[in-house]
Amino acid sequence: MSGSDSELEVLGGQMKDRIRNVLGRSLAIREVDAGSCNACEVEVNALTNPIYDIERFGLHIVASPRHADAILVTGPVTRNMERGLVQSYNAMAEPRMVIAMGVCAIGGGLFRECYACHKGVGEVVPVDVYIPGCPPRPQAIIQGIMVALDKWQQRK
Amino acid sequence: MNRMILSELVEDLPPVLRTGIRWELQDDGSLTIDVGEEALPGIVDHIQKKYHSWLISEHALDLRPKGGEFQLIVLLGLPKVTVPVIIRANVDIYASSFHSLTPSVPAANWFEREISDTFGLTPNGHPDQRPLVLYDDWPYGTYPLRKDFDPSRPVPRVPSEYPFRKVEGEGVFEIPVGPVHAGVIEPGHFRFSVAGEPIINLEIRMGYTHRGVEKLSESLPYHRGVPLAERISGDNGFTHALAYCQAVESLAGCAVPDRALFIRTILSEMERLYCHMGDVGGIALDTAFGTGAQMAYILRERLMQLNDQVTGSRFLRSASCLGGVRCDIPVDSKKDIQRTLLQVKLDFDDFVTTIKNMPSFLDRVETTGVLTLENARSLNVVGPVGRGSGIDRDVRRDHPYAAYDQISFQVPVYREGDVWARTRVKIDEVYESIGIIEQALDKLPSGELCVPLGEAPEGRTGLSLTETHRGECMHWLMAGKGQPYRHKVRDASFLNWPAIELAVLGNIVPDFPLVNKSFNLSYAGNDL
Repeated sequence: MSGSDSELEVLGGQMKDRIRNVLGRSLAIREVDAGSCNACEVEVNALTNPIYDIERFGLHIVASPRHADAILVTGPVTRNMERGLVQSYNAMAEPRMVIAMGVCAIGGGLFRECYACHKGVGEVVPVDVYIPGCPPRPQAIIQGIMVALDKWQQRK
Repeated sequence: MNRMILSELVEDLPPVLRTGIRWELQDDGSLTIDVGEEALPGIVDHIQKKYHSWLISEHALDLRPKGGEFQLIVLLGLPKVTVPVIIRANVDIYASSFHSLTPSVPAANWFEREISDTFGLTPNGHPDQRPLVLYDDWPYGTYPLRKDFDPSRPVPRVPSEYPFRKVEGEGVFEIPVGPVHAGVIEPGHFRFSVAGEPIINLEIRMGYTHRGVEKLSESLPYHRGVPLAERISGDNGFTHALAYCQAVESLAGCAVPDRALFIRTILSEMERLYCHMGDVGGIALDTAFGTGAQMAYILRERLMQLNDQVTGSRFLRSASCLGGVRCDIPVDSKKDIQRTLLQVKLDFDDFVTTIKNMPSFLDRVETTGVLTLENARSLNVVGPVGRGSGIDRDVRRDHPYAAYDQISFQVPVYREGDVWARTRVKIDEVYESIGIIEQALDKLPSGELCVPLGEAPEGRTGLSLTETHRGECMHWLMAGKGQPYRHKVRDASFLNWPAIELAVLGNIVPDFPLVNKSFNLSYAGNDL
């Protein structure tokens, strides 16, 4: 997989530059599972394994929304997680961002007709960036985060 | 063998239990017993005591649109019998209550709370009548799995408070954790009561990821149920989809071609491999042995990339379909798999040697989070957790599916019941999985990948069990018009979660993440 390794270096390098330009420090992200099937969590965790090793590019997955610049939300937002998501969003300091990751988070996906689900994160908290995929690959998550950084830059 | 034991079982029932029951041995050898609802606990208790049966599932059906009543289905597994005993009991529409099994069968606890939530049937005599999957703000009298419930209508919220078990005394305090955790994991709430460091009570609250999978499946044509089954629990999606496909195939009487059976076996084991790799890596991580953990995570990533190469999906998604498989394993994929597994095996040897020779690691995992055989049996704990506590059961060997009956493998069992025993089960299973894949690749027959499903006659029922990396997974279907009339899913996690509450008692709070990781259960698969 040497080809994809060098692609990853390029992609990660681009993200690192953007993070430095926009924030001047690391980007802190909190992941909130709002009813995903756990495949999205597997891919977010994969970002931290030694192959991707996302921290070297300046992306830090933090333990609390209080420490986060952005929350990465997965799942269609179940009825039972709505409060948890809203509280996590409110716990973030401004300026803040919401990134909806995966088909469920974008529009409910397969679960959009379910009695216990919203039709995506946008129904509960305002979303800045959507990352498509079921689940999105680690590279796609990095791409999505770069889109979020561009948006952050425009806002400044 | 099946027939002999099962007909003996019925004839052995004491006369007081036998009155009013009807029984029938099906073509596949399974036994169906129809009983009066009031006789159900007695019969289940008798079979449990005499034959050491275990509860596979207890679920309900709404037969009112067909002119019937509510029905309870109890599925029991028996040692040395490859088919389950199916006990059915009608529940009166107006009484809407039944005699609880929980006092004599503790494993029925969550099943009956779930029935109470989703069907509005009250388990009389159940010691815990609190909601399980639908929350306290769910309005009284709205039962989503009843057939007259309209899923498109929004359900209002009714403010109320969930009563947690109270532990009181001098120096006792509570630690609430979740649903949003510090790590990237799924949502669930853990409430510890502690006196000093040791945990004196843990209450686990699930249901945060309840999406309504069963209701959704009952409105989807069979072929659309496959991608849904893959998304019940993401990291064991393939085995869930396989269980669903097998259940539908048994409804339609569809014979899956040999090549597909072998490919299903190979992909099931590829899924187990990458999941177990993450599990054992997680154990190392939670003992603060980061270097070891990363050794396993590199292997996990390599295996997920192999999944991607072979099927086009890191999670083996869309590889399964009704009547066979959608993706082939041509010669070059076969070589890719063999080459990767050879290297993975060597690197995994390194990892295992490293952790086995590390006293500070062993110190954390030995005698931590002990689940006794007695507790494991009474809760019918399945999978590596059960095998770590001495329960010698594995669906692949005991109820063979796909091509497992044509492959030889061992089922590792340890008796200590601690974190280390569960970890060793998984380590041994990694080697067994590699062996299974190698054998299946060698024996891979030529032929078709998929055959047409055929008709699934309305009213027929189908049951399928598979062994996910977490343990026994069940899909039970009753056929409707081109879609399931009732679809019951039971992930291994649903049986194993309550066991954590017992395994952590007396352990210190900092060891909880380690114990939890050694169970590594699915929240989404549990909540549905």
